[in-house]
Amino acid sequence: MGFLDIKNVTKSYGPVEVLHRVDIAVQEGEFLVLVGPSGCGKSTLLNMIAGLEGISGGDIAIKGRVINGVHPSKRNIAMVFQSYALYPNMTVGQNITFGLEMHGTPKPERDRALADVAKLLQIDHLLDRKPGQLSGGQRQRVAMGRALVRNPDVFLFDEPLSNLDAKLRVDMRTEIKKLHQKLKTTIVYVTHDQIEAMTLSTRIAVMNKGFVQQLGTPKEIYDTPANLFVATFMGSPAMNIVPATVEMQDGAPHARITDAEGAPRLLRFSQANLAGWAGKDILLGIRPEAITDPEGADRKSSNIQSFANRVTVTEPAGSDTFVTMTISGKDAIARMRADATVAPGEVFDFAINMEKAVAFDPATEERIPA
Amino acid sequence: MAAVTQDTAVSTGRITRTFIYVVLIVFALFYLLPLYVMGVNSVKPLAEITGGNMMALPQTWTIEPWLSAWSTAQIGVEPTGLKPYFLNSLLMVVPAVAISTVVGALNGYVLTKWRFRGDTWVFGLMLFSCFIPFQIVLIPMAVVLGKLGLAGSVPGLVLVHVVYGIGFTTLYYRNYYAAFPTELVRAAMMDGAGFFQIFWRIMLPVSGPITVVSVIWQFTNIWNDFLFGASFGGTSQPMTVALNNLVQSSTGVKEYNVHFAGAILAALPTLFVYIVAGRYFVRGLMAGSVKG
Amino acid sequence: MATSVTADFRTRLQDWLPKVVLAPSFAVILLFVYGFIAFTVVLSFTGSKMLPKWDFIGFENYAKLFALQHWSTAVTNLAIFATLYIVICTLVGLALAIFLDQKIRGEGLLRPIYLYPMALSFIVTGTAWKWFLDPGIGLEKTMRLWGWESFSFTWIKDNDMAIYTIVIAAVWQTSGFVMAMFLAGLRGIDNEILKAAQIDGASNWQLYRRIVIPLLRPAFLSAFVILFHLAIKSYDLVVALTGGGPGRSTEMPATFMYSYTFTRNQMGIGASSAVIMLMTIAAIMIPYLYSELKEKK
Repeated sequence: MGFLDIKNVTKSYGPVEVLHRVDIAVQEGEFLVLVGPSGCGKSTLLNMIAGLEGISGGDIAIKGRVINGVHPSKRNIAMVFQSYALYPNMTVGQNITFGLEMHGTPKPERDRALADVAKLLQIDHLLDRKPGQLSGGQRQRVAMGRALVRNPDVFLFDEPLSNLDAKLRVDMRTEIKKLHQKLKTTIVYVTHDQIEAMTLSTRIAVMNKGFVQQLGTPKEIYDTPANLFVATFMGSPAMNIVPATVEMQDGAPHARITDAEGAPRLLRFSQANLAGWAGKDILLGIRPEAITDPEGADRKSSNIQSFANRVTVTEPAGSDTFVTMTISGKDAIARMRADATVAPGEVFDFAINMEKAVAFDPATEERIPA
Repeated sequence: MAAVTQDTAVSTGRITRTFIYVVLIVFALFYLLPLYVMGVNSVKPLAEITGGNMMALPQTWTIEPWLSAWSTAQIGVEPTGLKPYFLNSLLMVVPAVAISTVVGALNGYVLTKWRFRGDTWVFGLMLFSCFIPFQIVLIPMAVVLGKLGLAGSVPGLVLVHVVYGIGFTTLYYRNYYAAFPTELVRAAMMDGAGFFQIFWRIMLPVSGPITVVSVIWQFTNIWNDFLFGASFGGTSQPMTVALNNLVQSSTGVKEYNVHFAGAILAALPTLFVYIVAGRYFVRGLMAGSVKG
Repeated sequence: MATSVTADFRTRLQDWLPKVVLAPSFAVILLFVYGFIAFTVVLSFTGSKMLPKWDFIGFENYAKLFALQHWSTAVTNLAIFATLYIVICTLVGLALAIFLDQKIRGEGLLRPIYLYPMALSFIVTGTAWKWFLDPGIGLEKTMRLWGWESFSFTWIKDNDMAIYTIVIAAVWQTSGFVMAMFLAGLRGIDNEILKAAQIDGASNWQLYRRIVIPLLRPAFLSAFVILFHLAIKSYDLVVALTGGGPGRSTEMPATFMYSYTFTRNQMGIGASSAVIMLMTIAAIMIPYLYSELKEKK
């Protein structure tokens, strides 16, 4: 049993089920991120934990107490909203303590709690201002202050950074992570941004079409995606997916692909059990950083294969250079060091780290277990 | 190039602009003319009106017509002037506006922030009530007011105006609150605020603009109403009905100057409200009615 | 362990409290609007004279109604009035709005002047125009005093023309309001669209005809709906301006209904005329409201 238990939870609107049998046990102090494209059901699930939407089936429990049907304010949770939802007519101080006031906390106690939170978030100097006079980042802090002051069992964050500009978003991301490390609180965090999910979480639940596609640590999700959806959704640029056929050579399974000219090429798999797929079609998944120039290849890898191919486009991005090529008729992207000298049209000798390659069953789109 | 500096992105030549100004001013005169004529002739002695030019300023200024219209003119059979009717209108307007606005605010709050299955139908039925020809309710209303013992009384008129004003006030508040972020209500819920606390502490403090619209709309509509006043006014007739009686009376000499003074008296409260708060009204009304 | 948990008291309270708050209004509307409509509809099938009585006579009232010269005059008058009123108000309102939108100096002064008639009672408007149009003391006399001896303007006393005086007064009262609706629509149009059209080489005339006016479609629709229902409901103005006369030349369904119900003691016929008025408005309003509310979902 976890600290926050989501057991067999479903949500239906009339006859339409939008969330299907979600099962997640969140441990105390964990930072769980729900990530997925819009409409995947992540916000619905968060709202159900918050009590803002009813639960059609299953149970949600905090510390072993089932909270289905308990009023949102009685669940001992706090929420940071996407729009921050600061009360425009109240000062920052009043915004933060409104919840305590509603719960009948006496004034001196409220003031003490406010002072603590303001100091923690460094917003002491803003307490008498109205939300309209604050910058985006300051509003974000106040919204977090309002959640923190309640000292809840679970914090819920609903896309809290999506209204900030790119630079501030990165800063606030770090801020939230620091806060979590310091306070060791239990957090459920919704985002559509896979980088936020990777950087912040201790565990990620990738959602799509009302199903949890995969639940695991960021590393598990990234390295061993459960299916094509997870593989392509997590990571930027996305994982390269190219059609291939498994072929046995020297007793080891190889992926048979074609290069830009259409000539067949063989790449040896590290996973021996793919021998069972000999002669069958698969989808080969290779992350862009697993295709590099030979000097940039991962030295710890035991399976680097050379692969000469013609370059279509190069995109220098400062820290890296992204190189596009054609593999098995599909565009594939390689992530090179910034100083790699490649030019469009030339044939370049790439190094592919096959240790990181994954194979998918084209029929089910599930990963073939290693 | 002039076009570049213009924000409207529409550039006009000098001749066109002159034409536009002429048209705009002519229309301004058209709208002002009746008011001018009423004003000027309400301070002339009757002989100057019948014998002179309606556009001319008075040769002899007099406030006699105003005094007469206010306190001595013959309304129906009694020479009471418009004063008691003005009072009737006030007694009717204030509670009717207050009640319908409060009810509309609560309805708008429920219909946008506490939505339930079928709420659009409820709102649709309320909205349609704004547009019915009131002739369709005159007969049963007369019967019901009679049964309630409210026929011909100020409370009866208040009831009528509240009932047929709720549709409009609900429309205004609903459209206004629809644009109000629902996340704020959810945040307040999680903070532990209840239904009325959210309304009182979160919604009302930001409802100033729409309240101005609702109050002005209701005030002008109810003050200016004639049909209900004439049908159910009885001994508590409002100002509009009394003015009509004054103007239409067929006995004696037609005292035009008194009629004008009376007409201006009847128009004063709404004109005053309009001049003081009209700007907010137009702004809010546009937000409410154009976007449906 | 999954013991099914029922909602706590607070949550249940929050569930029904909003409905409790809304219920009185809804009940009042159901009774005083829809109940009353039903009452009047039923009444229109009875032989009620001075007081309601419940002897059903089928469609007799409607048959009588449509046979009455008085009613067909009222309907014809309404058709003339409504058409002219809606068309002229829309044209004047649109023209004023477009002109005012040309960065006019003094817009802040002109706008309230155009709008103030809306704040007045139709009774006041009627009183003012009745007098202004009276040949004996109003416009005609003034023009003659100013030296235009042959000037004649006797519409208000003329059986064939009196209905147009009602149009004049009604346009005076509402066109400013229509202007405000169009102005709000114009101000809502994205300037970049206009700039793009100019770069495409559109003249001012083409710009308005091809781009702006089509974009104002919602404002046209709102203006039409508002003017249409005001036209059918117009009662006060007729009473104050002409009293339905001269003769019956400015009688409208609204005045017809009132006089048949309350002064001629023909309540059944009065009720049936009210039902016809309601049906006319409903034919326009119900589709309009339906589409408006549906879009919002």
